Amino acid sequence: MYDFVNLISAWAIPVIIVFIPLYAAYRKVPVYESFVDGAKDGFDTAIRIIPHLVGMMVAISVFRASGAMDLFIGWLKPLCEEIGVPSEIIPLAFLRPITGAGSLAFTTDLISQFGPDSMVGRIASTIQGSTDTTLYVITVYFGAIGIRKAGYALKVGLISDAVGFIASIVVCYLVFM
Amino acid sequence: MVNFIWLFFIVAGFVVAAFQGRIELVTEAVFDGAKSGVTVCFGLISIMVFWLGVMRIAEDAGLLQAMARLLSPIVRWLFPGIPRNHPALGYIMSNMSANIFGLGNAATPMGIKAMQELQRLNPHKDIASPAMCTLLALNTASITLVPTTLIAIRMSYDSANPAEIVGTTLIATFISTLAAILVDKWYRKRYTPIPPVKG
Repeated sequence: MYDFVNLISAWAIPVIIVFIPLYAAYRKVPVYESFVDGAKDGFDTAIRIIPHLVGMMVAISVFRASGAMDLFIGWLKPLCEEIGVPSEIIPLAFLRPITGAGSLAFTTDLISQFGPDSMVGRIASTIQGSTDTTLYVITVYFGAIGIRKAGYALKVGLISDAVGFIASIVVCYLVFM
Repeated sequence: MVNFIWLFFIVAGFVVAAFQGRIELVTEAVFDGAKSGVTVCFGLISIMVFWLGVMRIAEDAGLLQAMARLLSPIVRWLFPGIPRNHPALGYIMSNMSANIFGLGNAATPMGIKAMQELQRLNPHKDIASPAMCTLLALNTASITLVPTTLIAIRMSYDSANPAEIVGTTLIATFISTLAAILVDKWYRKRYTPIPPVKG
């Protein structure tokens, strides 16, 4: 199963990149002109995201570098240990929705510290793989189209992150114990 | 809420740094953060330009529309209100497929393109429409078949079985996606936009 899935991952992008222009050429689409036309939007879109990303990254960076994040996590540790969640995992719950690179760094650190085949290592890997950087996704997607009021999107994103987090812990205990 | 979190991060960071007598950290962190914000965006440019180019070919060839028709039952259930054959549906589908195959970088431009199409249907240009919230929920839940990066990291730390987390990740991601869809549906029902918002 893993080999099969791995095969799909390796072939997916090359196949897409060959199939789309080939099919388009068959449909008499001027492929190169079409490509350049669409590609123009890419630059504008990426540039338009800069203010949003800079704003969010600055706030996160200040929050982390000052030690405020460590303090915040410190308060929640006793509670989590009470309900049987490894306390080493807790920072990941807060980092994951906020920063993809930051949480990946934290997961890597946990894996190196406890070993990839430890329960902490497995849970961290599962969390990192099964959830996404909600704030980044909101920033990029809504920033690109100028949405200022995110509606209930943030709540839904954070709730599903929390569910993913809890599910990862429960599933890991069920599978690996 | 984003406004609140943003302000909270900055104020809390400032207060903690001040109490620890290391206020210079704030200045440093501000410039570091700003720099990485720009770096990430520049990293995005190459991918965005390429994929939007490829996706335009797909669009001109009618592939996105074909894909949308194929998967329309699911998408129509998730996104009631988007007109049949609207290009937004095609982009949403490509975004979802790219996420499933773990092509995170390829998924982003398609997701943004989908958002732009949804924005055309949005009567309030600065308020997220329900459809946008649903698309976002699907993305943050991050349906994943292969957590490639994690397998690579586990390999580099000599795991006895680097891929053993594929199964647990699949189950966890399935549960969180299901939760995202249900919570989104629930909010959507209780959401009373000003005036009626389609999508």
